[in-house]
Amino acid sequence: MLAALAVCLLIALLIGSVVGPFPLPIGDVIAAVFGATTAEPTNTILFQIRLPRVLAAMLVGGGLAAAGATYQTLFRNPLVSPDILGVSAGAGFGAVLGILLSLPVLAIQGLGFVMGLVTVAVVYALARALHSQNEVLVLVLAGIVVGALAGAGISLVKILADPYNQLPAITFWLLGSLAGIKPIDVAGFAPLVILGLVPLALLRWRVGVLSLGDDEARALGVNVVVVRGIVIAAATLITASAVSVSGVIGWIGLMIPHMARLLVGPRYDRVLPASALMGAAFLVLIDALARTVARIEIPLGLLTALIGAPVFVWLLARSRRVWS
Amino acid sequence: MLEARDLSIGYDRRVVASGIEVAVKRGEILCLLGPNGAGKTTLFKTLLGLIPAMAGEVHLNGQPLATLSRAEIARAMAYVPQAQHLEFAYTVLDVVLMGRTAHLGPFAGPRPADRERAHAALASLGIDDLASADVNRISGGQRQLCLIARALAQDAPLLVMDEPTASLDLGNRLLVLDRVRTLRESGYGIVFSTHDPDQARELSNHVAVIADGRLAAYGSPDETLTAATLSAVYGVSVAIERTESGRHVVVSANNTRPSTQ
Repeated sequence: MLAALAVCLLIALLIGSVVGPFPLPIGDVIAAVFGATTAEPTNTILFQIRLPRVLAAMLVGGGLAAAGATYQTLFRNPLVSPDILGVSAGAGFGAVLGILLSLPVLAIQGLGFVMGLVTVAVVYALARALHSQNEVLVLVLAGIVVGALAGAGISLVKILADPYNQLPAITFWLLGSLAGIKPIDVAGFAPLVILGLVPLALLRWRVGVLSLGDDEARALGVNVVVVRGIVIAAATLITASAVSVSGVIGWIGLMIPHMARLLVGPRYDRVLPASALMGAAFLVLIDALARTVARIEIPLGLLTALIGAPVFVWLLARSRRVWS
Repeated sequence: MLEARDLSIGYDRRVVASGIEVAVKRGEILCLLGPNGAGKTTLFKTLLGLIPAMAGEVHLNGQPLATLSRAEIARAMAYVPQAQHLEFAYTVLDVVLMGRTAHLGPFAGPRPADRERAHAALASLGIDDLASADVNRISGGQRQLCLIARALAQDAPLLVMDEPTASLDLGNRLLVLDRVRTLRESGYGIVFSTHDPDQARELSNHVAVIADGRLAAYGSPDETLTAATLSAVYGVSVAIERTESGRHVVVSANNTRPSTQ
């Protein structure tokens, strides 16, 4: 099944590399990827514009879906998405603040990334400081509180922003887009996403055991506090680096793990790779759609919501078996 | 093997019960009895090392529990919780495989040998045919057996069972009790909590009764499950009657039997 999903991802990558405002011949794309020299402008478009964007979509989609699958397992709740602990709101606040301060693009991304990490660190510290018996519940509630605070910060920035220049940029960023991705952006955030995926892949079995609840997981030999801490840090790293590059793209982290569970069952060691592959293929295709269906770029968050909402209703109707 | 020494148990600096001294060895069953809220669950969690002892110590194979890692504890002692609905629809085999966790490296998943061990655990309880069934779609008794199979797959000589027959119907209750008895005969040491003194009398080598913040009685079933102790602990007047087959059953002392004539 995973091999089939990997093939789907390859096909999606190929489609993503070919379609766009300037369609590239499929033969040239394959030849160029395998090292043949191709004529201009195919070469420049492919390597400077198209491929960075397709790779970014792959990493953002795969990363968000993997983080979503992780949090759903960790919090034993299938309705949880990767921004449950406030990472998107925090990263969003950092990025819009960067736009308000007219920082360069890389600095905006950096500020978004750092604020995403800081937000989750605050949430985690808050939950630990409260010493509750039910650490998971307190963690989620702290995430809601801090996330709401960051949301208020975003609103404040919007009010302060220049309505002709900055406000459209902020709005567009908050809806998510991969337009204007450069090779350097991919080189910057790809290692961070992969760095976050590695511990999740290594701890796949123990994370699955955590879905039985703290007491049972500990009685089965898992050091719950350590594993949960590492996993939250890894999922936060993935989400913060994805959001800082692409803006806020909803639905993927919520919806894709459900589809993965339909295909491979609920075990986390299977859901994690399946979600990553499906999320990657999904966002590559969505992004291809975003730059072809209209003369202007359509924000990715709009498309994922447009597709995600009805698909999720359909999933709810038929996946009752998988999680209830 | 598992020993509580002058143990005080509780939550958040509030002591629920103190002065608890109990022990269980391989091939023995220790039954834990007590009214609701007396601290049976708290004692269970303390014995399992899930919450710290307020005072005193729990020793596992001669070593203080607090000095052992979670994996070391899990290889010596398995927990059988009350069967509950799971958020994710795992198969019975998936759940039993999780019992192998303490034997796997930190970054490893189950190997073929672990799957064999899980199937063997299911087979020893007579439920290997359920291996690929959805754990939320089998009967309560089967689910309890599935959790016992998980504990067996853990290859720990001690089993700690939290009211394994609560909320089971008669058939499932007798089935689970029968398996528990077989497990003792094959050398497992078992700690078992129940609300049913007759069950305790029938199964256990030792009985510990927790009430009013202390160990109200500890010893053989005949010493501990007396009409006087049970009446005092549960606050109702009970009598113990002997049936024609020689068993003892606990009944209400002011029981007036419905006339059959």
